[in-house]
Amino acid sequence: MDLSYGPEYERFRQETREFIASHKDQAPRGAGMKSPELLNWQKLLIENGYTARTIPKEYGGYGAEPDILVSRIIAEEFASAQVNSGLGGQGISMLVPTLLEVGTEEQKKQFIAPTLRGEMIWCQGYSEPGAGSDLASLRTAAVLDGDEWVVNGQKIWTSTAQHADWIFCLVRTEPDAPKHKGISFLLFRMDTPGIEIRPLVDMTGVANFNEVFFTDVRVPKHQIVGERGQGWLVANAILGHERDSLGNPNITLSRLNSLIELMQSETSGGERLIDNPVYRDRLMQIQGRVMAMQCNDLRVLSARVNNDQDARLARMIVKLQGTELRHDLEGLAIDAMGEMGLAYDDNPYLRDHGSWQSQYMFYLGLIIGGGTSQIQKNIISERGLDMPREPKVEKAS
Amino acid sequence: MEFGLSEEQNLLARSVNGFLDNESSLDKVRGFAADGGDVWKGLCELGVAALLIDESAGGLGLSMLDAAIVAEALGSHTAPAPFISTAVMLPLALKLAGGDHDALLAGLASGATTAAAALAQATGARNGSGVTSTNTSLSGNTLYSLDFDTDVYLVADSNRRLFLVESDAAGLRRQNLATIDRTRSSGELKFDNTPAKLLSEDPAVLQGVLNAGRVMLAADTLGAAQNMLDQAVEYARQREQFNRPIASFQAVKHMCAEMAAGLEPCRAMVWYAAHVLDTQPEEATMTAAHTKAHVSEVGKFIAKTATEVHGGMGFTDLVGLHYWFKRIGFNRQLLGGPEGLREEAARAQNLVS
Repeated sequence: MDLSYGPEYERFRQETREFIASHKDQAPRGAGMKSPELLNWQKLLIENGYTARTIPKEYGGYGAEPDILVSRIIAEEFASAQVNSGLGGQGISMLVPTLLEVGTEEQKKQFIAPTLRGEMIWCQGYSEPGAGSDLASLRTAAVLDGDEWVVNGQKIWTSTAQHADWIFCLVRTEPDAPKHKGISFLLFRMDTPGIEIRPLVDMTGVANFNEVFFTDVRVPKHQIVGERGQGWLVANAILGHERDSLGNPNITLSRLNSLIELMQSETSGGERLIDNPVYRDRLMQIQGRVMAMQCNDLRVLSARVNNDQDARLARMIVKLQGTELRHDLEGLAIDAMGEMGLAYDDNPYLRDHGSWQSQYMFYLGLIIGGGTSQIQKNIISERGLDMPREPKVEKAS
Repeated sequence: MEFGLSEEQNLLARSVNGFLDNESSLDKVRGFAADGGDVWKGLCELGVAALLIDESAGGLGLSMLDAAIVAEALGSHTAPAPFISTAVMLPLALKLAGGDHDALLAGLASGATTAAAALAQATGARNGSGVTSTNTSLSGNTLYSLDFDTDVYLVADSNRRLFLVESDAAGLRRQNLATIDRTRSSGELKFDNTPAKLLSEDPAVLQGVLNAGRVMLAADTLGAAQNMLDQAVEYARQREQFNRPIASFQAVKHMCAEMAAGLEPCRAMVWYAAHVLDTQPEEATMTAAHTKAHVSEVGKFIAKTATEVHGGMGFTDLVGLHYWFKRIGFNRQLLGGPEGLREEAARAQNLVS
């Protein structure tokens, strides 16, 4: 057991701190997509290796060897300084790693660098109204017509579709093949004729998602990643990336600290919320769960650095536990605030910009999205505990 | 950066588990529960009693994480042994208190001397119990010691002072207290001007001993809960209803997934809390309190859920699951229950005005 990162890494941490301290006034705060402020900051971070760090130089990254502890230090330091740590989004977090793995040289050259620079925004076209947890049953079809795919169908839960320049999209190209083997992974421009975007307002009152409709959308034949019919394999590599990012206990910890501050400053009947033993006990229950997940996170991190350690199950449970925990944490703030916890929109008594209610609801969305809690439990029991799958039901005809 | 067990620690776990697989099998546990007895002697031959004692005093000088590994193995096998009191709490109390305890330490290290911890006066005195003291004697009574029929007792008085009492001390009366967990012993000590040795008046010493005991009880629960989960998964794979293993029903699988999802972080938490006992004493009170509270909550859920996965058989004595169920129940209450521990965690952070 050695929780220190060692002197070399601590030097790197110091350098990172110094970089943040001397540049943070250039960091964007709430700037819009593609604003010069944001793009310049992204450029500076890439040049100094604080984002896109391990992406090869030839594709617009910094070109460093992967080092999990270095990535961790960067994440920790930018988070604790509350400074923008570079662009995220599905293009950077999901498409770029996939192209690096299975894209052609031409695709890597064409797409990775502008995506990293923030000049090319992507959305993800996976889920459909009839294909949620059972994603492989998707029906959006692409039919080859000469040198073009002709795409027809509908996607849903497509975040940032209204801002996206491009979409990476799962389509059925082999209608007669078994469902997992009939899917292809296409890339196409969002301004292609035949694409219609309808915002989908969710329970928070914001359109975090869209529905996207395709009518005879014509896509050049070569804009396919991987072979025809192999889109499911390509997509699964990406889903792994997404799951890892949900339920991060270090973000939950900073939220817990905000909750403690809230309960120390808000009052009920003249009594601070934290002085109510029932609320305080609930707070401590949440703190214990956060602590357990932080320890779990250290174990997962350690297993990535030390190949002889096994933390497979510890990693598998993070999305399930992390999102449920965060939802409960936000819910405690609301309960402790009572009527004050209901404040929303332009209520003059709004606390923390209404974030407790919006995050409470948003995390319910994340319990469902990215593989529902029930799907997570299937994965944990089948892959983690080696329990058998439910027998397949023959389709009634 | 390495968060996990070393090769030596994995070896220790294998050796203790290997011993207990034979000596604390379910059949043998049934025998201990009916007729008394424990596995302490055999464990001492493995060096377990000397684990934490400094090499200069005849011990092995190992860490709290090593001790937690042993506690986990004991919980996993519902093994009766006065390990936590004899090999963890008393040696730590002697170390923190300072002074010359070489003779006692030598007895503890060899396994010749056993100890029980009677600290209930410091964690919530029940039933009107109370212990008053002079610098050389105790009067009154204290309930629910951790382990019971031993050579020496580590006793907290009502003012959080720590004493040592010999089992043959004049005026000491002992009464065994039966609990649900027949793999453990517990009892009441009654003092009447009973000669006692004042070990420490420093509340930090008592707190350090409580912290270590709590982490060890959490480790014991971790082992017991993991065993119950493993048994539930195995049973679900074997048991068939409606012409298929019940493990293929999502209702059953999800119960098991929920148990695993709750328990897996507990393992890392116990490791971390044990490590903190040795390396960050200023954080130890909060970490130990949270660890025992959280692991106890998860343990309670698993004790119930794993039993349910077994259906009616889980409720019977035939399968014997109840030994683990009761072990987890015992661990939950001793040295402070979850609610009291969470309040202590809050106090340790100055969140209680």
